[in-house]
Amino acid sequence: MSVNANIHAAENESLRFDQQVIASWITEGSRVLDLGCGDGVLLDYLVREKHVHGTGIELEESRAAHCIGRGLSVVHGNVNEELPHYPDNAFDYVIVSQTLQQVHRPSRMLEQLLRVGRCGIVSFPNFGYWRVRLQAMFAGRAPRTRELPYEWHDTPNIRVLTLRDFRQYAREIPFRITRQAAVAMPAGTLEPRQVTLLPNLRASYGIFMIEDMAGSRPASDNQ
Amino acid sequence: MRFIMTTSSFAAATSGPLLFSLPAPHRFESGAVLEGVQLAYETYGTLAPGADNAVLICHALTGDAHVAGSGSTPETARPGWWDEYVGPGRPIDTDRFFVICSNILGSCYGSTGPASINPATGTPYGLSFPVVTITDMVRAQHALVSHFGIERLCAVVGGSLGGMQVLEWAARYPDMVEAAIPIATTTRHSAQAIAFNEVARQSVISDPNWRQGEYYGGAAPDLGLAVARMIGHITYLSDESMHAKFGRNLQDRENLSFNFETDFQVESYLHHQGRKFVQRFDANSFLYVTKAADYFDLGLERPDSHAAQAFAKTRTRFLVVSFTSDWLYPTYQSRALVAHLQRGGRDVSFCEITEKWGHDAFLLPNSHFANILGGFLRHVC
Repeated sequence: MSVNANIHAAENESLRFDQQVIASWITEGSRVLDLGCGDGVLLDYLVREKHVHGTGIELEESRAAHCIGRGLSVVHGNVNEELPHYPDNAFDYVIVSQTLQQVHRPSRMLEQLLRVGRCGIVSFPNFGYWRVRLQAMFAGRAPRTRELPYEWHDTPNIRVLTLRDFRQYAREIPFRITRQAAVAMPAGTLEPRQVTLLPNLRASYGIFMIEDMAGSRPASDNQ
Repeated sequence: MRFIMTTSSFAAATSGPLLFSLPAPHRFESGAVLEGVQLAYETYGTLAPGADNAVLICHALTGDAHVAGSGSTPETARPGWWDEYVGPGRPIDTDRFFVICSNILGSCYGSTGPASINPATGTPYGLSFPVVTITDMVRAQHALVSHFGIERLCAVVGGSLGGMQVLEWAARYPDMVEAAIPIATTTRHSAQAIAFNEVARQSVISDPNWRQGEYYGGAAPDLGLAVARMIGHITYLSDESMHAKFGRNLQDRENLSFNFETDFQVESYLHHQGRKFVQRFDANSFLYVTKAADYFDLGLERPDSHAAQAFAKTRTRFLVVSFTSDWLYPTYQSRALVAHLQRGGRDVSFCEITEKWGHDAFLLPNSHFANILGGFLRHVC
């Protein structure tokens, strides 16, 4: 389900740049669920470095097996089928890294995500990125970029969305965006760079922390 | 720690099954009480001074204590039933873990069962032996584990009926089980699984030689037991594996016989399995161990069951494994267990491994399975 292995940064098991941002947002010792955890690079980092209680869900057998074999608690299964099993507020953070654009029913997933997690962290490739726009406009073909290296017929990315689409989606569902980062990775580097000016055009990834509208629930609910 | 056995006491591990006598009369779940209950067991590796490196392996329906073949005598060097996964450098690494495997109560490989001599009469128990449940098996194993001074097991591992024992361990002694690894198993024996067992039992019972289980010293109900095993073997395979192994290939002939001799290879295979089985297994034990499987139900849907109570707050790490082509204990049954643990916020990992060999898959080489098992155990204890 996830594209982790296809993106260069994961090859040496270092965090992909959107994962670096996500990791920086996670509180030490918290309870984390990673949906579509791939080979478990982020989850492993969070367990080792941030001492989180980590759980993952992964659809692909070989990747789920890989995660379990590296000592992570991972359930081999479909995110939309597994999420309903968890109790309300079972986790502090539910991470959906590079997975949202690959699920069939994203609204159902987000609803469940906001139920089982105090907050969600969603990252996805920005289809509003200027290189994507230019390719579509001038080459007249479905775009292929470093972040989106697929052909139209083999891409796992069945949803095409931009940072602006996601903010609009937040108003419609609705849910609250409590934190966001738009990042780009300049050519030839592995260092993410935050984009503040014209992010929907200049950022290749968007990362959002979200909460459900009733996010102002009393603290005792989370005990 | 009550006592720590010295390393040298375990040198005997390589000289075949040992016998452990339960220190107290065993009270069966049925209410029956039996004195002098013994378990045959083998151990591998060395128990650490703190007795904190033990792994208990639970065998399946007709298995024995000889899980691995690392012994030095011809008897103990013969391959164990799980050689693939147990031994030095293997997924259950005997260089690191002290591995215990005992023959289940009611079986016929050295542990007390219906073929054992009743000291009160001097003759085999036969049907006077109490009906055995998974709980009874596990409580007897608990006595054995305690005898070693082990207060906490790194892992309890087993497939099929062995997986049921794993789950019962986790339910009955949650504080003693660091990790539970139930493989190709179920939390409750399904109607379909009970049905196959009952057909198999009726095959034994309707053999005229069975004589209410009083066949010891005379002709045994071999025909009935052989057919029972043939039925069992069908449930251990899969449509795909039977097709791959036998297809419609004929056995030792060019054409159909047009009579009722053996035509097909699959028939010959089942006959062979049946003949082999009657030489190694006791018919009454077969009735008892299949009954134990049928009675197994953790009762997870009842909040007051001991398993539901234990699993609601257990700190045991679960690794649940199923196989795609296993139709005896299909994946949905493993997933139900996983969902129960997820609902309770427990630590659970699960993988359904793609494999064509049916229920037998857990006994056969599989690199995914080996990696999962070995990797998971590297992070335990």
